[in-house]
Amino acid sequence: MKPLLKVEDLSIRLPEGADRPYAVQNLSYALNPGEILCVVGESGSGKSMTANAIMGLLPKAIQAERGAITFDGHDLVSLEERRARKMRGNRISMIFQEPMTALNPLMRIEDQIGEVFLIHSDMSKQQRQARTLELLKDVGLPDPEKAMKVYPHQLSGGQRQRVMIAMALALEPSILIADEPTTALDVTTQAQILHLIKELQRKHGTAVMFITHDFGVVAEIADRVVVMQYGKMVEIGDAQQVLNDPQHDYTKKLIAAVPPLVAPEREVQDRSKQRPALSVKSLCKTYVSPGSWFKPGRTVHAARDVNFDLYRGETLGLVGESGSGKSTVSRCIVRLLESDSGEILLDGDAIQDLDNKALAPYRKKIQMVFQDPYASLNPRKTVGRIIADGPIAQGVPVAEAMQRAKELLALVELPETALDRYPHEFSGGQRQRVGIARALAHNPQVLVADEAISALDVSVQAQILELIDTLKKKLNLAVLFVVHDLRVAAQVCDRIIVMKHGQIVEAGETKAVFEDPQHDYTRNLIESIPGADWRSGHQPQPAVGKIA
Amino acid sequence: MSILKKLSSNKVALFGLIVLALLILVAIFGPYLYETSPWRMVNRPFMPPLENGSLMLGTDTMGRDVLAGLVYGTRISLLVGLISTMIALLIGIPLGASAGYFGGWIDEALMRFTEIFQTVPSFALAIVIVAIFEPSVYSITLAIALVSWPPVARLVRGEFMALRNQEYVLAARLNGQSDHNIILKEILPNTLSPIIVMASLMVATAILLESSLSFLGLGDPEIMSWGYMIGAARTVIRQAWWLSFFPGIAIALTVLALNLVGEGLNEALNPKLSGSRES
Repeated sequence: MKPLLKVEDLSIRLPEGADRPYAVQNLSYALNPGEILCVVGESGSGKSMTANAIMGLLPKAIQAERGAITFDGHDLVSLEERRARKMRGNRISMIFQEPMTALNPLMRIEDQIGEVFLIHSDMSKQQRQARTLELLKDVGLPDPEKAMKVYPHQLSGGQRQRVMIAMALALEPSILIADEPTTALDVTTQAQILHLIKELQRKHGTAVMFITHDFGVVAEIADRVVVMQYGKMVEIGDAQQVLNDPQHDYTKKLIAAVPPLVAPEREVQDRSKQRPALSVKSLCKTYVSPGSWFKPGRTVHAARDVNFDLYRGETLGLVGESGSGKSTVSRCIVRLLESDSGEILLDGDAIQDLDNKALAPYRKKIQMVFQDPYASLNPRKTVGRIIADGPIAQGVPVAEAMQRAKELLALVELPETALDRYPHEFSGGQRQRVGIARALAHNPQVLVADEAISALDVSVQAQILELIDTLKKKLNLAVLFVVHDLRVAAQVCDRIIVMKHGQIVEAGETKAVFEDPQHDYTRNLIESIPGADWRSGHQPQPAVGKIA
Repeated sequence: MSILKKLSSNKVALFGLIVLALLILVAIFGPYLYETSPWRMVNRPFMPPLENGSLMLGTDTMGRDVLAGLVYGTRISLLVGLISTMIALLIGIPLGASAGYFGGWIDEALMRFTEIFQTVPSFALAIVIVAIFEPSVYSITLAIALVSWPPVARLVRGEFMALRNQEYVLAARLNGQSDHNIILKEILPNTLSPIIVMASLMVATAILLESSLSFLGLGDPEIMSWGYMIGAARTVIRQAWWLSFFPGIAIALTVLALNLVGEGLNEALNPKLSGSRES
């Protein structure tokens, strides 16, 4: 079969001062007609850079130094920009990660898609409208007639991504490049979009280059896989072969880091005689957005009658999609948000109504690890101060607090020299370790991890999860793990709570919930996990050593 | 320091820095070169520039040395600019910080108060303040400070509103740190870059305001300033152009230098503009 697009020996140089000389080095692969090629790699592996080179979207400072991208007999790299653009023109199109920002907020969907035809064809207005409607039907938007007339902000994330796909497919391109198109979406929406891409790809025979970091997605849709690391291609092959019998060590490591979708057997302890470290009783929180003269206000129940107990030495998973209220609950518990009603009992004492001063001693008992390792550390403070400032504010002498910070760094497996350095000198995983050390500085009983690993790469995720688990055992912590990734939840949680629209729909032992979900919503969530069949325990696991 | 390095690699900003450094040198040491008062008559009036070797820029309507006036004016212009900016920052930063951090009715009250100052044209307000007090260096500096703090408060408020929900600030709250501590140690250091940039531009505006006030005759009658020189020369602008031309150049050059430095600082402190964009 003659390949549609060929990348040959491509090297893209990074500007001086970058962490490596090449974004992409000696890269060669081919995209065949009618296949889905997944390009996988962790952040910074150069996977998006290649797509940008194909689309001519490289920033000015970064240029392809060597190699060729052959499409339709022409080299897109060496071709003059104007002619290359014409070559790409309506034959290669792209969808992006962020559906929120990829659409013009001031244009109706109809005009937005119609614009594509306006530029690339000589259709009349009626023809354009008819074709747009057809496209919207094609991508499965509910009520396409109405969708024509709305503005992007009136659509949900998944619907917007559908519009993006409609736009990308408008001119029936021979190649569709999808750069992490489902990363910003919820798992059930992601499943729908993946399904849609696959279906349309079959229907139109489009070749799809799908860029992702998620091996689950790869297992779900890929025909062939390219694995990238530090700008180099380390492995290429059929999806089945790469997923189940990876050759390169890096691929093995990446795949091993994907948590298998089976809850391991866990010792179930009878805790009915213990006093819970944290007990939440009929917690409610409602957001009311004020209305205007013409519009009534909107009420969102972020938490409705939420009840649970959390004991020391166990990990409780709080799972759900965005908007399910899991973050609201976690923030109410640590008193970053005020709850409307209900009780929060920390070590037996109700803390929901305490003022700042009375709350201070309780702050020590419950601490939080945040989601974004880049935003959760003050860039202008040294790591030592970041960890020690909490205890210092509570009256611990500075020297003692710094000594303790040193011990905590050892506990989270960071070198002592980190004490005097600033956050920007550390990687995402290391920063998250600092965040954990800060949370532990008060010797808390309860640790709330709010999506603490979702901003990290898979291999780093595994390390941080292991660290949290070790610390839990060592310090007998009660861990509340807020997470949207069910694979992760299956691995680390003793019990899980599933939330939807602010309500708990299911709660129980992790293994029981995964193997026999009682609620439809839970079942739907579990079925939506990309690559659910892969590494679900039905197949032999690739034999690899422990992750470094 | 890396900021200075970045600043000096920007040629335009470097030019501004050099001009500014020269002006500061003149302001500090200039008056020692002209030990006599700039108000003293030294020669016949209306002497054009370069006619007398010791009077490079000629004399004014009363026979006073124009260059001496310029040199003394430098000191007063820079001083008024710097001090009024500092006072404006001292008012604007705490107001903006508390409005942005606490939000709610505190924000409402402080912002309405700020708007009172913003709705009155600032120059008119400055004139009124100077007129109420006696015109003196102090009242002028105070007047300029009082009309220039609202933009600072607005800027700081915006920065604080954006940063107060950053995770590191939430973490500090969870840590039991006091509001005072969070404002001063967690948030404020992270808002300094835009404040520094704004301050450098405010000094320029303050110098212009001071000149305008002096031009209108509302300056300190004891002190020679650029604005006063231009104001005094406006009736004879056709007979003796140099009387208003040189002070005018001095003002333009100073304001230009400050603006260039401010622009350079903005680029140096704001990584998004300095060209090192990530892909």
